[in-house]
Formats: sequence, C-alpha cells, structure tokens
Amino acid sequence: MARPVLADLSVGDVVATGTVELDRARLVRYAGASGDFNPIHWDESFATEVGLPGVIAHGMLTMGSVVGVVADWAGDPGAVVAYQTRFTKPVPVPQRGTAAVEVTATVGAIDTDAGTVRVDLTVTHEDAKVLGRSQATVRLS
Amino acid sequence: MANPDFAGREYAATAPYGVGREKIREFASAVGALDPAHHDIVAARGLGYPDLVAPPTFAVVVAQRAEAQYVQDPAAGIDFSRVVHADEKFVHHRPIVAGDELVTVLHVDSVTQRAGIAMVTTRCEIAALVPQGEPEPVSTVTSSLVIRGEDS
Repeated sequence: MARPVLADLSVGDVVATGTVELDRARLVRYAGASGDFNPIHWDESFATEVGLPGVIAHGMLTMGSVVGVVADWAGDPGAVVAYQTRFTKPVPVPQRGTAAVEVTATVGAIDTDAGTVRVDLTVTHEDAKVLGRSQATVRLS
Repeated sequence: MANPDFAGREYAATAPYGVGREKIREFASAVGALDPAHHDIVAARGLGYPDLVAPPTFAVVVAQRAEAQYVQDPAAGIDFSRVVHADEKFVHHRPIVAGDELVTVLHVDSVTQRAGIAMVTTRCEIAALVPQGEPEPVSTVTSSLVIRGEDS
C-alpha cells in the first residue's frame, strides 16, 4: 500500500473518515483486553446510581478505536508518534443495538523539519462532539 | 477529597510488564485495529519491527497498572465511583512491540481542587529493559482524572 507523503498534504485536507459501532459486547471485550473493569461500562444499575444516563463506553475505547482511521491512512500503526484527547461527553451504549461514533481526520498542521503531520480528529455521536482537542501526530517521509 | 500532599510524588519503578503477542492481538481486536502489523509477525517485520507492534493506545494497559499504585491508595483520597476520565495523552518515543519488558515510573504531577471538584494529573514514564544499562524510554502517558465532590 502506498504511504502518504508529507509534501502532498495541505492543512485542511480530510485524509480519512469512518464510523465505529460500539455495542455492549465490545465494551466487555475492551474491559477484558485493557483491564479497566469499572462497572459504569457494563452494569446498568450501577451506572444510573452514579448519575450516568446508562452504561457508557470507556473513553479509552472510543479514543483507541477512532485512531484506527489515522493508522490505516498512515499505512503503519507505529507511525502514530503522539496522540491526545479530551473526553468531553460520554457515549451511552444501549443494551441492544449499537452506538455509532463518527470520525473525520483532517490535517491540522505540517512540520516539515520534524517530518510529522498533526491530524485533528472530529469525533461525534448523534451529532454531538464526544472527544475534544483530539490530535494524532504521524511521522511520514 | 483528593489529598494534595501527593502532588509531586514519584513512585519506584514497577515490576516489568511483559508485552505478549496474544495480548497485542487481543487489545488490537478490542479496539477494531485490523492492521496486519498487530496480528501477523511477517507483516510487522515487513514494516521493520522486530515483532508485533502495539496499537497507539496500548500503553494505557501498562499505565493504568502503574496508576493503580496512586488511585487505589486509600491515603490518596480518590473515590473511584466519582471519577471521570478528563483527558489522556500518549507520546511514543518508539512503538511498543511484543517481547518488550516494560517498567514504569509513576509521577503525580498535580492535585488541584476547586469548587468541590478535584483534578489529578499523573504521568507514566514507560521504558523497556535492555540487556545492559538504563532502560530505553518507550512512552510517556499523561492522564487527568476529575473527581466530583459529594454534592455534585
């Protein structure tokens, strides 16, 4: 697969888009894989008792899933040299069915000296932003 | 409420976390990362890695174990049922690969309180053991938690 080249990019370019579908099974799977067993991610009654709308996705699951579009675009997951986000709004995941998270990845800045591009992620669920200041720094040649 | 005396604290390096191939595959599948470099050794070596490469947020597995030293310490005063993850940042000095033996030094960078809400920021300096000499820096993971007050 041809990898993107820094010189071909401009600030504002949309380099990738995608949809991540989260269901309860996915949350349980992430809990096991990550070791984060906070019951707000699998126990409805616990989640509502602590004031949440219901079971919510791990912020780290949302963060970890949406960066896939950037890694796929880069053609090398190890090229993502930095990645940060703010968790602005929880993603409730229904007992049946899925919660859809939409991601758009846009070139935010280009550092030719460092050979890196900052990719800004817009991440929404039902048209509301769920991640803020979500930025991945990707090393390209 | 969160004990301000913990600000500035640095913990001793953790026992090594051994990064296994199956753990990388399991974590990658859980976040939907289908890139062959997470799953297929030939593909990973084709990209120049010595073994399977971890997804960009895999370091959280290692970091959260280290953070437990602080957040689960009763003296730290963190009520985990009132915690909300506020933000997370990874800086990778090199990608994590299967076979790494990772040691983590946890720092409590700040503990602040305002209007019944506490915010704590921790930083995990993750390094890989090498046959001789100082561990090689691998990732810096910075995490902020907000702890809602009893009344909010």
